[in-house]
Amino acid sequence: MKGASWKEYQKEIADDNYFYVRSCIRQNFFPGSEKAFLSILRGDLGKDVGEDLKHTSCTGIGYHTDIVPMETIMTVVARQFSLMSEAGYENLTSSCITSFGIYTEMLETWHEFPETEECTREYLYKATGREFKKPRNVAHTSDVMFKHRGQIAEHSKIRLVDRMTGNPLQVVEHIGCHYAKLFPKKGVGGSEFPYVLAGMIESWGGEVVDYPERRHCCGFGFRNYLVQANRGFSIANSQKKLESMSRYKPDFIVTNCPGCAMFLDKWQYTIAEMEGSIYGQDGKGIPVLTYEEMAGLVLGYDPWALGMQMHQVAVEPLLDKLGVEYDPGAKYLGRNGKYMGVPDQGAVNMNCTSQPYMRTL
Amino acid sequence: MAVDRSINWGYSISRPRAVDMDGNDLDAAWALIAEIPELQACIACGSCAATCTAGNLTPFNLRKVHTLVRRGEYKGAYDELNKCMLCGKCRLACPRGINTRGVIMAIKRRLGEY
Repeated sequence: MKGASWKEYQKEIADDNYFYVRSCIRQNFFPGSEKAFLSILRGDLGKDVGEDLKHTSCTGIGYHTDIVPMETIMTVVARQFSLMSEAGYENLTSSCITSFGIYTEMLETWHEFPETEECTREYLYKATGREFKKPRNVAHTSDVMFKHRGQIAEHSKIRLVDRMTGNPLQVVEHIGCHYAKLFPKKGVGGSEFPYVLAGMIESWGGEVVDYPERRHCCGFGFRNYLVQANRGFSIANSQKKLESMSRYKPDFIVTNCPGCAMFLDKWQYTIAEMEGSIYGQDGKGIPVLTYEEMAGLVLGYDPWALGMQMHQVAVEPLLDKLGVEYDPGAKYLGRNGKYMGVPDQGAVNMNCTSQPYMRTL
Repeated sequence: MAVDRSINWGYSISRPRAVDMDGNDLDAAWALIAEIPELQACIACGSCAATCTAGNLTPFNLRKVHTLVRRGEYKGAYDELNKCMLCGKCRLACPRGINTRGVIMAIKRRLGEY
């Protein structure tokens, strides 16, 4: 692509002073990722990131399933902005792709239909006595990580290369649909050439896999999943992607969306149980990482501190390939060394669940 | 690996309706083209389907059947084409002068076993 055209696909990302809003579901499935983001930004990069315990769900899941009306979600969004203003910040960064899409959608709606903003201000004031300022900059946390990828590379302890062969790892990047498919100008690279994860992978030594179904949805899609009878359609989308990417023998998948990471990881188990299909190498699944986990590994964080023991597809083969040092016996020790229990052996757990730990008992 | 059939998931994996051009056997489609080379001139305008008397009474659609057959989706083509009354109005309407009635008969001859 010509340099001049590529400029049209860039977005403004604030350099510092972020107000952080969390995801509803990430801490259940990828529990260390949000903490890792804060540690990396504050500790490794020296940035100012604030948050407020009073912030709530953006109610995006309810909105996309037609349970929460638009006026309600606008008021909830306005309340988050109010908390941000109160804390003295102007740059909002959202951990969740759905929330990022929601914040962007509401701001665009207020821009196109100013009367809706006036209504929202009135609703918020009547309900809570609060007022708000709109953020100067809205970025997803993967945008923020992308912005500082060079600095992270300078601090890196390991690179995304196979330590035995020295070859770059083959990485599948999966972008959440609500990142740039709703408002292409709001994502790095737009909806056609999303570069937010690819940029991180390339900066940290890996190679991006360009496979036919690269831009296909993971299948989460709220209504596709929330109704049990519809899940056959949801899982079919993940299967289509996994089948397409497996021919390129990826070493791992990285996503920037809570739902995508959850589904591409957990549907591998379901497909294996239902049909016996496994998409990784040597009869193992393809590990699925969040970009914070990927950045954490690059910066030398302990994989268990990053919460990687909670993945459905076990990550040990990837850690061995990268040369990450870890204590197998500590896999199921939670915070303060408390034993968390061992999950049942899953079809794609690759026979490396808890055996080392069990030996130490 | 062994599949555990005892689990009741409450759903099964939906099969995609996309045409798999890599997986489909296109030999019969190419044989059809060899028999009626003028088929390559079809622009899929749908005049054949628009003028079809049988299509007014049933969901029969020659453009659809032809499109699927050319992509290796043969299943059901023979039964579908049995709805054609061979009146030939589609042949009069075709802007590319394709012998559509001949196409229907050729597909039925070649794809009866599907």
